[in-house]
Amino acid sequence: MVIKADKLNLDFETNDGVVHALRDLDLEIGAGEFVSLIGPSGCGKTTFLRVIADLETPTGGSIAVNGQPPEQARLARAYGYVFQAPALLSWRTIARNISLPLEIMGLSSGEQQERVERMINLVGLDGFGGKFPWQLSGGMQQRASIARALAFDADLLLMDEPFGALDEIVRDHLNEQLLQLWKKTGKTICFVTHSIPEAVYLSTKIVVMSPRPGRITDVITSDLPDDRPLDIRETPKFLEIAQRVREGLREGHADD
Amino acid sequence: MLRQKLLPVLTIIAAIAVIWYGFTVYLNAPWQLDQYEKSATEWSMTDLVRDTMAHDRPVLPAPHQVVAEIWKTTVKKKVTSKRSLIYHSWITLSSTLLGFVMGTFTGMMLAIFIVENRAMDKSLMPWIIASQTIPILAIAPMIIVVLNAIGLSGLLPKALISTYLSFFPIAVGMVKGLRSPDPMLIDLMRTYNCSRWQLFITLRLPSSIPYLFTSMKIAIAISLVGAIVGELPTGAVAGLGARLLSGSYYGQTIQIWSALLTAATLAALLVIAVNIAAQITQRMMGAPK
Amino acid sequence: MTGLQKLLNAAAALCGFYALVDGFTTLSPALLLAAGLVVVCGMRLSPALAAALPVVIRPQLDLVISLIAACAVLAALQDGMVGAVWGIAIAAWLHGWLAVEKTMADDADATGFNWVVSLGVPLFFGFWLLFFWEALTIGLGIPTVLLPPPSMIGARLVTSTAILMADFQQTFLKAVLAGYAIGCGSAFVVAILVDRSNFLRRGFLPIGNFISALPIIGVAPIMVMWFGFDWQSKAAVVVVMTFFPMMVNTLSGLSAASAMERDLLDTYAAGYWQTLFKLQLPAAMPFIFNALKINSTLALIGAIVAEFFGTPIVGIGFRISTEVGRMNLDMVWAEIAVAALAGSASYGALSLLERRITFWHPSYRTK
Repeated sequence: MVIKADKLNLDFETNDGVVHALRDLDLEIGAGEFVSLIGPSGCGKTTFLRVIADLETPTGGSIAVNGQPPEQARLARAYGYVFQAPALLSWRTIARNISLPLEIMGLSSGEQQERVERMINLVGLDGFGGKFPWQLSGGMQQRASIARALAFDADLLLMDEPFGALDEIVRDHLNEQLLQLWKKTGKTICFVTHSIPEAVYLSTKIVVMSPRPGRITDVITSDLPDDRPLDIRETPKFLEIAQRVREGLREGHADD
Repeated sequence: MLRQKLLPVLTIIAAIAVIWYGFTVYLNAPWQLDQYEKSATEWSMTDLVRDTMAHDRPVLPAPHQVVAEIWKTTVKKKVTSKRSLIYHSWITLSSTLLGFVMGTFTGMMLAIFIVENRAMDKSLMPWIIASQTIPILAIAPMIIVVLNAIGLSGLLPKALISTYLSFFPIAVGMVKGLRSPDPMLIDLMRTYNCSRWQLFITLRLPSSIPYLFTSMKIAIAISLVGAIVGELPTGAVAGLGARLLSGSYYGQTIQIWSALLTAATLAALLVIAVNIAAQITQRMMGAPK
Repeated sequence: MTGLQKLLNAAAALCGFYALVDGFTTLSPALLLAAGLVVVCGMRLSPALAAALPVVIRPQLDLVISLIAACAVLAALQDGMVGAVWGIAIAAWLHGWLAVEKTMADDADATGFNWVVSLGVPLFFGFWLLFFWEALTIGLGIPTVLLPPPSMIGARLVTSTAILMADFQQTFLKAVLAGYAIGCGSAFVVAILVDRSNFLRRGFLPIGNFISALPIIGVAPIMVMWFGFDWQSKAAVVVVMTFFPMMVNTLSGLSAASAMERDLLDTYAAGYWQTLFKLQLPAAMPFIFNALKINSTLALIGAIVAEFFGTPIVGIGFRISTEVGRMNLDMVWAEIAVAALAGSASYGALSLLERRITFWHPSYRTK
């Protein structure tokens, strides 16, 4: 089990009182799974991802990443994290951005160079290593940020709406590439999105969440085939799963 | 909220006061010890601490001495008296304000020319920046003397120094502000086929207001500095600068420090005043509070 | 030609015409030639001519005419400025403006760095500043004890080089550089230490901001009392003046990195020093350079003003205050020129360095 959350709770103190960001979350994610967290804004999907990454501390319940508390998992560099924005350092070239985590982990410069080259090739940015982030398009920047998360070869990849700001065509393209990458590397991926087609297309498991308080309303295991061309989105099977996700989302809203 | 903001500031101020007292004892001790030696007095540590804080012309006066001096020269003196700090502050304040108003006007005009005409932008902008590398404060005394020679005396020469210093932040901030409207909004105005003048009045000017007030905060503080330095060469007649100079001539350190502290208070009050004006204006323009 | 260009051209032609009529019998041949050229240029207002011979509306032509006229005026300055000469001087300036205006219009769509526009135009403006300074002081016979003409100041710069160098060395090379290095350096270190504690940062930032706005220059007499007459007391003033702007800017800079970038470094379990060197300091560079540039002028001012309160018999501030007393205004202005040159050079050097180091900042980006 890569991630195991048990009765996880997280409350924020704000000026308007206590906000229940996460309420009694139970979830298990196995090795090699591609899990999407989907829900309207405020449902705690990003917060949950940040708890896994030890960027937030839960106020109740327990969570284990690779059988360890999140902090130890973070110190052991157990995961790569991709943010909503590329978050590339603008004073470093693409190559030096990708090597940032490697520098921090103290890898030899030969090893760094070799890995950076491999990662640039993996995300299809060949020839752009010497460019600065602001010289690249949004899609390319996000690919560079994925390459950076993959660079130190953690088995777990946490992605927080990585393609949210991109246009549909670029997004489709990156979705396809992400799937191939996942199959090639066999990593466990935790993916936050608010797009139903994206969640269904990518995932082996879809976690539907709802807000106030943030909680899980449905967990759907997808039985789509492993090989997924883009036009799988027109098949009845796909639409059926999408329908179930949509119902789950609507249910969460019903008690508003 | 208040505790989060105020507590750290008060702590640091308290720390500064403690360090100041420490230095008062340390810096004034040599002379005091010398006195003890001469008069062969027995002394204890408490005596030393007490006596070092009671010098007439200390190397460094204790904070309470400075505060007492300010109290004596503000509340207990008539406002019209030549020894009243309020009188001197008023002299400095009036030339500060005059210079600030003239500087703000000049800066705004320059900014408008620069934004509306590219030749002006390229010709003027580098010189505006270069103008500030001339140590005007350093030649302020000369300017005052020269202006006096051609019959300009009193308030105006000092105010001109303040003007020279304060137009710069205003011009730079205003240029930034006048150029700050979103290109999309400018395009929108173009679709209405509006004139340059309408674009300026309806879009550029309102967008520049926040930048203007930020610059005015810097400008008013620097105007005060200009007025004080402008008072240095006027033969120590009146104003906070004159108090500094006469204090340094006669070794009256307490007088120097009380003038400095008054100047600091004045600076704070002026910046607060601009801040309040900014808040009122921006609220009138519909900014969230 | 645009409306503004036509207006400038017409005004210049009118001035030239006035000069010709008013001074036909009295003006020197050079001035007459200049006035004639200006008047002939007025014919460009006819659209037919501009269409038939586009070369006549090139900015280069205006540049040449303005320079010819300016030289003719400068050569005739000693004989006093009469109305006709003023007319030519103004016409010369209007043609100079026209040249710039046209160059700008041609350059409007160009992208990238243009040396002519970025360096030539400001220098050209400087030329006109000096031109009118010279023309006004000599032409109107302003006493040199009030405002000496630039030519006289230039002569001083050449003949008194040794004194100027000694003053420069005392004030700039000793007091300013030492004070600047100590002030900025210590403020940088203090800011990094303070930044480690949230509590201290919340205390130091408002206080530092407040002190930066104070007339710190007032401590000059105290520093002279404490550290003596030589350059050390001036350096001390510079230290106090430069410390707070640097501390405040560095502090703001150290928290300039976005929350997301900090989280990123957290996910790598980066240590304090790694975060400092790889994220915080690079992100703080624009702020730090801002302070370094502000301080470069503050330092010069501080050192010179401190010299008014007591100094050995050398130094820019000392020379200014004594030569003012002796009414040697040309020497005073020569010292000012040296100080302004040193100030501009430091500022320019810092700007170049800033451009190199913070090339990634949105204000410098080139695709």
